[in-house]
Amino acid sequence: MQTKRSTYRHRWLPYLLLAPQLAITLVFFIWPASQAVKSSFERTDAFGFKTTFVGLSNYARVLADPGYLNALGRTAIFAVSVTVLSMGVALLLAVCVNRVIKSARFYTTLLVWPYAVAPVVAGVLWWFLFNPTIGLLPHLLDWFGINWNHRVSGTQAMILITIAAAWKQISYNFLFFLAGLQSVPHSLIEAAAIDGATPFKRFWTIVFPLLSPTTFFLMIININYVMFDTFGVIDATTAGGPGTATMTLVYKVYTDGVAGLNIGSSSAQSVILMGIVILLTFIQFRYVERRVNY
Amino acid sequence: MASITLEGLKKTYAGDVQAVKGVDLAIKDGEFVVLVGPSGCGKSTLLRMVAGLETISDGTLKIGDRVVNDLEPAERDIAMVFQNYALYPHMTVYNNLAYGLKNRGFKKPEIEERVRHAARMLEIEEFLTRKPRQLSGGQRQRVAMGRALVREPAAFLFDEPLSNLDAKLRVQMRVEIKQLQRRLKTTSLYVTHDQLEAMTLGDRLVVLNAGQIEQVGTPMEIYARPASMFVASFIGSPAMNMVPVEYLATRSTESLLDDLPAGTDVVGIRPDDMHLTPPSTPHLVVESTLALFEAAGAESHLYVRLSESDQPTVIRVSGQPPVREGETLRLYVAREALHPFDSASGKRTGG
Amino acid sequence: MVENRRFLNVLTHLVLIIGVLVVAFPVYVAFIASTHEAGAFVRGVIPLTPGDHFWATYSQMLGSGWQVAGAPPVWLMLANSTIMALAIAFGKITISILSAFAIVYFRFRFRLLAFWIIFITLMLPVEVRIIPTYAVVANLGMLNSYAGLTLPLIASATATFLFRQFFMTVPEELMEASRVDGAGPMKFFKDILLPVSITNIAALFVIMFIYGWVQYLWPLLVTTQEDFYTIVLGIKRLMASSDRVPAWNLIMATVTLAMVPPVMVVLLMQKLFVKGLTETEK
Repeated sequence: MQTKRSTYRHRWLPYLLLAPQLAITLVFFIWPASQAVKSSFERTDAFGFKTTFVGLSNYARVLADPGYLNALGRTAIFAVSVTVLSMGVALLLAVCVNRVIKSARFYTTLLVWPYAVAPVVAGVLWWFLFNPTIGLLPHLLDWFGINWNHRVSGTQAMILITIAAAWKQISYNFLFFLAGLQSVPHSLIEAAAIDGATPFKRFWTIVFPLLSPTTFFLMIININYVMFDTFGVIDATTAGGPGTATMTLVYKVYTDGVAGLNIGSSSAQSVILMGIVILLTFIQFRYVERRVNY
Repeated sequence: MASITLEGLKKTYAGDVQAVKGVDLAIKDGEFVVLVGPSGCGKSTLLRMVAGLETISDGTLKIGDRVVNDLEPAERDIAMVFQNYALYPHMTVYNNLAYGLKNRGFKKPEIEERVRHAARMLEIEEFLTRKPRQLSGGQRQRVAMGRALVREPAAFLFDEPLSNLDAKLRVQMRVEIKQLQRRLKTTSLYVTHDQLEAMTLGDRLVVLNAGQIEQVGTPMEIYARPASMFVASFIGSPAMNMVPVEYLATRSTESLLDDLPAGTDVVGIRPDDMHLTPPSTPHLVVESTLALFEAAGAESHLYVRLSESDQPTVIRVSGQPPVREGETLRLYVAREALHPFDSASGKRTGG
Repeated sequence: MVENRRFLNVLTHLVLIIGVLVVAFPVYVAFIASTHEAGAFVRGVIPLTPGDHFWATYSQMLGSGWQVAGAPPVWLMLANSTIMALAIAFGKITISILSAFAIVYFRFRFRLLAFWIIFITLMLPVEVRIIPTYAVVANLGMLNSYAGLTLPLIASATATFLFRQFFMTVPEELMEASRVDGAGPMKFFKDILLPVSITNIAALFVIMFIYGWVQYLWPLLVTTQEDFYTIVLGIKRLMASSDRVPAWNLIMATVTLAMVPPVMVVLLMQKLFVKGLTETEK
């Protein structure tokens, strides 16, 4: 890994400079993570007195648990829906803003602020709008003969958290798509126009392919976001319910570990999650270089 | 003021890459020495070793009588002018000049006086309150010089300081640097890849090639008696023509070549030494065809092909001779204008 | 381009206006709700026009809070959120810039190892190590403290990488010139490197402030005393009690107040925010 061409020589200063970050990393990251790995191989009895090594049985139990497998499938559906919805809307808005030169900054300002809204708050906002008794949207849906009650219907609960999670992520995706669009060389678009391509055709044949690195990068980031940062959205709106209809992997780690105090199972779940994050990070870093090429 | 002495200086990078392979050099107090060579020859590394920015793998470096191998740059009493100027972008010109003095604990009035003095000398007084980005390239170059000047160091080190300037400014700054150094008499070590800059600036030149010294001498010594084919082709423009002795022997008075030192198989002839009219001294005659004629104002360049040879050859003559492309030309070369070389070793023959 | 431009332009603006409205709509409804009295929600549907209880609602929430729900006054929670967000932003930047400085400007043993340890934090978000991290914080006696709230969140590989990347683009000669000028490493850091990095620091500060402000899961775990509630956490507590007493106006006032500081930061420092966002995530 690179340094500067010439570097300082100092016996202890670099270690001192690194000490704060390394100390925090070791105490609050590496140590807890290794504890999670350790306790994923152990079982503690009901009173918390005795801990025994049980090998892979926690994993075996987690992976055989239909509740866990359902949560896995649900998380996948949730991730895909949020990613598609928020990226789709964001791309549409970014393409529009990229067309209006004069008012681009004005619209950007009006579109980016939800980034600063906490996931919990996003959840509360949509939960309020969809409130079965006084909410505005169930009222409107009633006209179409749809009876909205996400406290009863698992599907409706899923739709609610998807909308809330996607809403918050639009601003982020929008900014990256806009940056991507602005870096498409203008000469390419002009060349396509001279070749007689219509604006829609130009978009799909020239611009969109050039955006693919951005799109790919955002997909990874969005999946990461849905898996981990939507805890607040879910906790504020459905708390995993009705039943386990909106129980995602992270939410399940929390309920099993904090509420259910099943440390062994929760740890095994944590380790599986780490595996997923490592995979996502790896994919992201593998493809970052391609992204830079544009 | 101090001398700088390099004894067997070596730089070895990880993986056994030798950038500098043992350099001996004594720079006298007040002397202006130019390190010149193609890129990658180790000249910048050598300068940075003198500055203390690169560690010395082997050998001894003295500034004055002090061995400074392990001293920090700041303790070596040197000042450096960088190729990209390295001005602190967030500081005013005044503070750029004053920073080194402040760090050395100079008192405010003294700093003020030295900065003003240097600014006056370099004619940058009116820019003292500006930031570097508000200055032109030439002005930044002066500030960079000023930063070296205020310190009144034992030696100036210049790392290709003019290469970011346009051609006209480069000539102007070259003259100013020379005059400044004459006035201050500060020992200076100057790195460049531009042979013209080297010739015009240096009291002495050090021609480097592949981490080793090829030749040391005054510009005219080196021009008149290049020690190797490398120096011969590097110093002087257009480069010296190299002609096999065999080729000349078949078409000239052989006796003229008899007294060439033993081992000579190539002779170098400067473009200025090939004439269209015979000189009065003993000379060789070669036939050639004019391939391209290039008029460059006061002088002309003639690109010719020697008869029955592929050897591309350049001739420089003053004015514009009445020649046509495609014409056969007779070239006259005085015997004393031949530089004898041994192509196997690349060295000049006959000592 | 000869195609029907006017039609496209109108369509573009139409899409954008609808987009802006849809994005803003939930916030508008929440704000309107906060200007009504509690009784306005008893019958029918959420009102869509402002009420006249703006001052009453906000002065109550900012002042005494909503005692019944067991939540502290909003000003206290806002103060806690501000402290937490500032501490996280400041802490992250401090430790990251120092370690990036060490990694870029020094050569030393274990340099690569240090880099990898920092890199690993990327793969361990709080959410995957909830329980053991909680145990560590509890063992250190840092539950219900600002240290417990912030320290486990301030190690950031992202910020370290950003600074590393930026330092690599700072011309080599600046450091060399300062060395010749007699500045040691820390003097160079303070006099040259920090001033040169100031825009990057500010951009990162904006992003990290927001990161700290929106934290939820971690405060939920380590704070049990109301005195340490952050505003985001407070909202959840208010909601938990709202099944019994639906004081929507009070909840929505809190929601509005929770959004104001970070949204203002984004809007006022849009340029820095965009720079910070698009550059940190590369």
